[in-house]
Amino acid sequence: MYAKDYHDLGTPAGKGESVTLDIDGATVTVPAGTSIMRAAALADHDIPKLCATDTLKHFGSCRVCLVEIEGRKGFPASCTTEVAAGMKVRTQSEALSKMRRGVLELYVSEHPMGSCPDSSRCELETLAEQHGIGESRFAGPKTSRHVHTHKPVDHSNPYFRFDNDLCIVCSRCVRACEETQGTYALTIDGRGLESRVAASQDETFLDSECVSCGACVEACPTGALMEKSVLVAGLPQKAVPTTCAYCGVGCALIAEVTNGAVSRMVPNRNGRANQGHACVKGRFAYGYATHADRVTKPLIRKSITDEWTEVSWEEAISYAASEFRRIQAKYGRDSIGGITSSRCTNEETFLVQKLVRAAFGTNNVDTCARVCHSPTGYGLKHTLGESAGTQEFVSVQQADVIMVIGASPTEAHPVFASQMKRRLRQGARLIVVDPRAIPLVKSAHVEADYHLRLLPGTNVAIINALAHVVVTEGLTKDDYIAERCERESYEKWKKFVADPINSPEAMGL
Amino acid sequence: MSAAVTVYVPGDASACSLGADRVARALEAEAGKRGRVVHIVRNGSRGMFWLEPLVEVVTPAGRVAYGPVAAGDVAKLLDAGLLEGGAHALRLGDIAAHPWLASQQRLTGSRLGIVDPTSLVDYVAHGGYVGLRNALAMQPVDIVRAITDSGLRGRGGAAFPTGIKWQTVHDQKAGQKYITCNADEGDSGTFADRMLMEGDPFSLIEGMTIAGIAVGATQGYIYLRIEYPHAARALARALQVARAMGHLGPDVLGSGKRFDIAVRLGAGAYICGEETSMLESLEGRRGEVRVRPPLPAIKGLFGQPTVVNNVVTLASVPVVLARGPQFYKDFGAGKSRGTIPLQLAGNVKQGGLVERAFGLTVKQLVYGYGGGSASGRPVRAVQIGGPLGAYLPESQFDTPLEYEALAARDGLLGHGGVVVFDDHVNMARMARYALEFCAVESCGKCTPCRIGSTRGVELMDRIIAGRADTVRNGAQTADLALLEELCDTMFNGSLCGLGGLTPYPVRSALKHFREDFQRVN
Repeated sequence: MYAKDYHDLGTPAGKGESVTLDIDGATVTVPAGTSIMRAAALADHDIPKLCATDTLKHFGSCRVCLVEIEGRKGFPASCTTEVAAGMKVRTQSEALSKMRRGVLELYVSEHPMGSCPDSSRCELETLAEQHGIGESRFAGPKTSRHVHTHKPVDHSNPYFRFDNDLCIVCSRCVRACEETQGTYALTIDGRGLESRVAASQDETFLDSECVSCGACVEACPTGALMEKSVLVAGLPQKAVPTTCAYCGVGCALIAEVTNGAVSRMVPNRNGRANQGHACVKGRFAYGYATHADRVTKPLIRKSITDEWTEVSWEEAISYAASEFRRIQAKYGRDSIGGITSSRCTNEETFLVQKLVRAAFGTNNVDTCARVCHSPTGYGLKHTLGESAGTQEFVSVQQADVIMVIGASPTEAHPVFASQMKRRLRQGARLIVVDPRAIPLVKSAHVEADYHLRLLPGTNVAIINALAHVVVTEGLTKDDYIAERCERESYEKWKKFVADPINSPEAMGL
Repeated sequence: MSAAVTVYVPGDASACSLGADRVARALEAEAGKRGRVVHIVRNGSRGMFWLEPLVEVVTPAGRVAYGPVAAGDVAKLLDAGLLEGGAHALRLGDIAAHPWLASQQRLTGSRLGIVDPTSLVDYVAHGGYVGLRNALAMQPVDIVRAITDSGLRGRGGAAFPTGIKWQTVHDQKAGQKYITCNADEGDSGTFADRMLMEGDPFSLIEGMTIAGIAVGATQGYIYLRIEYPHAARALARALQVARAMGHLGPDVLGSGKRFDIAVRLGAGAYICGEETSMLESLEGRRGEVRVRPPLPAIKGLFGQPTVVNNVVTLASVPVVLARGPQFYKDFGAGKSRGTIPLQLAGNVKQGGLVERAFGLTVKQLVYGYGGGSASGRPVRAVQIGGPLGAYLPESQFDTPLEYEALAARDGLLGHGGVVVFDDHVNMARMARYALEFCAVESCGKCTPCRIGSTRGVELMDRIIAGRADTVRNGAQTADLALLEELCDTMFNGSLCGLGGLTPYPVRSALKHFREDFQRVN
């Protein structure tokens, strides 16, 4: 299930020109390529749905989102039908209601009302209740729940459990594993009513290829895939937006809180960096929030040899302030400074530098990210005038060739790696420059076109060698360069890289 | 020793199931004992299944048929002068003159049972490859127009105009286009695709090649069900010959145009006969229905513009190009133009393949060609269009066999299968069977089909049990109403024709034979 209070629009955003149509008498304007379902949800005319969710491509299997379109036969599915100019859509009618009740009653024959640990957050039970479905008339002695497909509950994963009996086979988990995460650990096994979600070759989740990213759990509309923490803690009482503190991707998360403690961490679907995804750490490794070792009260000590003393916030802040003042009075204004961790968000780092500059009156401020990033930062500053990344992660969706040097995104920045892998599956070419055979070099559904196994320490040399080939083989686009580079500096650089000492042959990489 | 005598013994799967292989072996052995040399040709079947194995001997006076021949009859037949066309109780004479065949209008199946399916020379001698040669002299758009003008509609069941489909693929700009042939003939009681592939495989190959030239596709795939091993062998041989003779490959008949065909075997799923599932399966994935749009003609196999046509449709293309669209269009009735190979099966005396212009009535087919039920009892119903087709009661046997006339009676012609039932049939059980078929074959994607089919079977079990108390307290009436509701849900809500058409047999059985659903057992 997605985060508490989230308004799911059903399908991803369209990208075309504006299109205006009529939905239940309301005039709605959306980009071309938008589904009727999303257009209706944007206009607050939400259409019932079970297999659709706005992080995944439409699928069209549940058949509760059918609508009527003037001039068209039958009942098209609103998730798979795109808007068109002048279209007149009816989302409610006696015939539609009858059909939705018919489908929901079938669902309920397999997943009776009240089956889920938390019916109010089961999309099926909520929808069935809204449509006045209580007990299925199909139920009877021969149709006890999952008589065909009963499987024991899979508790193998440390963070979530899978209860097949609650599963409605909407494939949202399977599609999340494919589309969002790119691991392809899940599949549908069997056919007809015996179709069941299976991990790898019908193994337990833990034994399968699953990497515990949790995308499937968030995608699940029922209680079939649920975080164990939620099963213990119960319903969240509030949802707090936050940012993941692990790697540099900066995933936007929503912490769901039950009785004052985090009971579940869900990616924020509006997060620009993570696009509604998170990895195993961001999603499940939030135990630090309530860990016994965590410092939650202010502590001070006058000397490193003293024991820590617990004090009030007021006392701690005034003590720190007075000590900073004392040091500055004695040793000068520049005797103190501030440094932030690379795990801090940009906003937190901004606040610290503001404190240091405005209150301390010094420019002694830094972030530890500079330690590993000073060479790249320096290079970027001097070439592009900006020492930070120049692209949003999502721009990888436009890349046709991707070169990865000295990084292993699947291990170090998995949420970005998932986005990159999606692009690679669409056909982008990949060059990996790394002494190691990182997972991107060859894994299921992704393979590097070239893996340049350079010697450790020769990253710059290989870049120069690439430049050498470009320059000496006449592959430069001169007008492009002339528009952007200072002629003199460019000529100097060109002369340097053209030196045979920078040729691939000379480098012995 | 006297000269070798050519004897035709069908290699068709239905003939083989009736002992044709044993007949062929016996013939060779017994002729040898008598010092005679026989040249046995394993032809296709002429489609008169009650006469299979139907043996034909080539004599100076023409082909003389004998049937049904059992292996045990061979010695006596030889002694009676079989190889000279001698008299015998099983002698049928010139089978082509038999009214059952002579009254047919075989355009698509014109060579069935006549030619040696392995021989390209034989195919050409019987009018083969005239269509392709004509097509190669035409602009692609004119080939498409000829198909449109002929009125040819998809014979797989959906009856979509073939020319419009080809035009769409023709109009797409793409680096690669495909012709795919749906040979996953899964409807029970149908066999026209199989007979064509086994008995005249070059007609399919020629049809696909013309389609490729017309729309600009260079590669074709035949998606063949694994249950057709004879067809697989026949196609493999024919493709090899066509390639060797330059009828397929980088330079089709010296035209400079490339076209080749590969056969892909299915793995036993009925749903893969649904075109989008077939494409998924061809791509190596789970056979599961794709959402349309995009249409396969725009984004089909491997995301490229793709023609998806049934075997009969493609095998009908050569005759359209050989004899012109008007010739083909002159056959038929209403909006159903040309001929349809009807497949007559079930409880019928003379089952087999009846190719006629659209418009033959059910009565003409069942009594005229079929000769009534095999059991001799009164015919009670026919099911038309495969396991998902509607049942027609005897009172509606005046219905012409064409798309619109059947639609007007809440039925469908589908792939042209007609299954006959006598008055012993319990139509409630047949309705249950339709639902069970759907339950077994459902791909499991959409809810109405995935869950509805199984719930329907369970519901039918309750109804058929027909306990006196359920009749008294109205439970049976309520169950029948629920069954109708379930049919509405499946009809309106299913993603593809499997779940969507299952209500046809159920509703028609309920409508015409309600008494079978209200028995007290």
